[in-house]
Amino acid sequence: MGVIDDVLADGVGGLSHNAITGRLEDLIKWSRSRSSWPASFGLACCAIEMMATGAAHYDVSRFGMEVFRASPRQADIMIVAGRVSQKMAPVLRQVYDQMMEPKWVISMGVCASSGGMFNNYAIVQGVDQVVPVDVYAPGCPPTPETLIHAIETLHQKIEDGEIMRRRDETGAGAGLHVEEIAATSTPVLLGTK
Amino acid sequence: MTATDWTPSTAPAQTSEGAQEMKPRSALGPRELMREVGSVLRLSEAEVAQLGDLPEDPDEDQTMIINMGPQHPSTHGVLRLMLELQGETVLRCKPIIGYLHTGMEKTGEQLTFMQGGTNVTRMDYLSPMANELAFSMATEQLLGIDGDIPERAVWMRMLLAELNRMSSHLLFMATNGMDLGAVSMMIYGWREREEVLRFFQKVTGLRMNHNFIRPGGLAADLPPGWRDDVLRLLDLIPERLEEYDILMTGQPIWRERLQGVGVITPDEAITLGACGPILRSTGVAWDLRRDMPYLRYDEMDFDVIVGSYGDAFDRYAIRLNEIRESMKIVRQILDRMPPGDYRIQDKKVTPPPRARIDESMEALIHHFKIFTEGFKVPEGEVYVGIESPRGEIGCYIVSDGSPTPYRMHMRAPSFANIQCLPHMMRGGLVADAVAVISSVDPVLGDVDR
Amino acid sequence: MSDDTTLATEDESSDAAVAYGCPLGDSHGQTVLHPNREQYVDVVKTLADDGYTMVVDLCGVDFLEYLNRPLPAGVDPERFEVVVNLLDITNRRRVRLRVQVPEDDAELPSLFDVHPGTEAYERETYDMFGVTFTDHPDMTRILMPEDWVGHPLRKDFEVGQIPVQFKGANS
Repeated sequence: MGVIDDVLADGVGGLSHNAITGRLEDLIKWSRSRSSWPASFGLACCAIEMMATGAAHYDVSRFGMEVFRASPRQADIMIVAGRVSQKMAPVLRQVYDQMMEPKWVISMGVCASSGGMFNNYAIVQGVDQVVPVDVYAPGCPPTPETLIHAIETLHQKIEDGEIMRRRDETGAGAGLHVEEIAATSTPVLLGTK
Repeated sequence: MTATDWTPSTAPAQTSEGAQEMKPRSALGPRELMREVGSVLRLSEAEVAQLGDLPEDPDEDQTMIINMGPQHPSTHGVLRLMLELQGETVLRCKPIIGYLHTGMEKTGEQLTFMQGGTNVTRMDYLSPMANELAFSMATEQLLGIDGDIPERAVWMRMLLAELNRMSSHLLFMATNGMDLGAVSMMIYGWREREEVLRFFQKVTGLRMNHNFIRPGGLAADLPPGWRDDVLRLLDLIPERLEEYDILMTGQPIWRERLQGVGVITPDEAITLGACGPILRSTGVAWDLRRDMPYLRYDEMDFDVIVGSYGDAFDRYAIRLNEIRESMKIVRQILDRMPPGDYRIQDKKVTPPPRARIDESMEALIHHFKIFTEGFKVPEGEVYVGIESPRGEIGCYIVSDGSPTPYRMHMRAPSFANIQCLPHMMRGGLVADAVAVISSVDPVLGDVDR
Repeated sequence: MSDDTTLATEDESSDAAVAYGCPLGDSHGQTVLHPNREQYVDVVKTLADDGYTMVVDLCGVDFLEYLNRPLPAGVDPERFEVVVNLLDITNRRRVRLRVQVPEDDAELPSLFDVHPGTEAYERETYDMFGVTFTDHPDMTRILMPEDWVGHPLRKDFEVGQIPVQFKGANS
């Protein structure tokens, strides 16, 4: 170490004490996972829990996901929160098509994942019939902890590159299932009031 | 003199104003009752789709029909509005619904009366207890046990219904604030709502869509320590409401945006079937808890908040003060909660306690019958209406003597409230349209069922 | 709920209770009137004069599988019924109307001119049951897509359940 008179003399190795090298793809994947913006597609009760996840106590903003973009052009992840009816399915597909690549879909709740308790004429039995789904989060509605678990699973797979690999394999969504985390009833203690 | 005999000439009044005399209600048509029947845009979706692009040389006075929703950050769910605009002014409007139609009434015919609560609770998902309460009360009337529900069960139902009203109105504060631009209000409203949801999670096991109020009583008793939790809630929330008053009620921008926006007259509200805060904002003091009391509301001391201008600010102020009134009621319930059973001890309706199933054959058979086949409800039809945070929610059940309802129909308050939207929006700006939707506070699960 | 004694008058000839010119029933303490199709709008107008100014609910029922339901004398059961719940705010009382609608001629006059608030309810009843309301300003589907075929809440319309296969089952 010590002062280097001539950088060129030492080659690139001379930069080792004030530079980090790495692969560009790793940097891109890291930034994609840390700053993925969700497209708001809240439909029913799950949308309320999704908003609760964005609120102060569960704070999804610490994962980079606070800005729910209204315009699908600016969004990365579409969280389908709620039951998809026959009339809504074409709208869902249109919004999904308007999103830019790379894009991912989280199917939140049992109604979006499989039709839920509504096994009838009016509800599409699983949103994966309309769009390719990457993560399924169970629950009716899923607690905010479950949704955060699903989001973090997705982020982990984005960072590994795992999800793009699975996409290329199957041509469809990654189809990861997460476990439901039960709600806790510890009181919310904020500040001194 | 029966109602059919009434004519102006037999009226007791001696004066005669001729043509100015009040006509009977039956002679008033939509044109007289509504300020402007032309507020509703009556074009089918196919016709609008064919309107196509604007012509090459658009006329200055040409109106434009644009589409708002169903995927939109401010429409409170999947509501689609077709707005006819002239510049920035809204002329006519057509709300298009059905994007969340779940076939719940059809599903309700397949589920037993015990399971019906799970279906019904997801209609108005912001006040699930109100849906369950209406359904359970209708079932109990059909069964004939509505007078035999234990006192503690009745008081517990009232407690949960009022706490639900608080959490629903807090969510209204949050979304109303966000729609008008006060984004920090979104965070504050949800923060308070979390407290109430924690309590619900402790009592019912779920934060939302509890399926806790069942025909015959409730699913379980209140857990030990519930009094302290509720007292903590009641200590925490009033000062937060004072903060909202500082942040919003007195603030000039808030007032400018809400006062005079979305005005509706009492005649319009009544004739459109709108109840709840919308009707109360016009000056009509109608609240089912006081005027057609159910549960033990006739023993409770609370005020019915009434506005005077019928605008969005009145609706906001009504809901804010209804949170305070609900807290008053909850405090009275805390003091007066009686001991006893949390559900009726009628073997045909209530499943036996789990421990008894191991001991008694009869208990095992009853448990089996109730949970697989369901209990049979006598033939009949009944309508029960209660006060939900959005207005009157009612349940109309027709039973044919089998364990599943023959027809189960919920009168959704938001379905009627949405009819008010075109009349409130006429003549306002597009930004006011967002304020109006927010002040009506529709829940699309209720509208579409 | 309603114990208004001026409502019911005993009809001497048929020994049945009649009010507002149509048979009167009582269901768990709730007043139920059974007008026929011809007198339906007039009865609603009379009730409006009498104070029942708010239509709370209007829905349909399909009695295909329950044709022998209990009805007062003088009322012929048909396949469809349209049920209207009215509310009197001043006097705090409710009344319910049940109108029989035959299957082959499933039409009923619209209440829009008397109560504009029935617009959405009548559209829903048309959508779900196929009962058309004449003189309605916009008789189109409201909940299902506009090109949907069939009327979902009819008893002969299938629920549309798909068979659910459990993963753990070895089949």
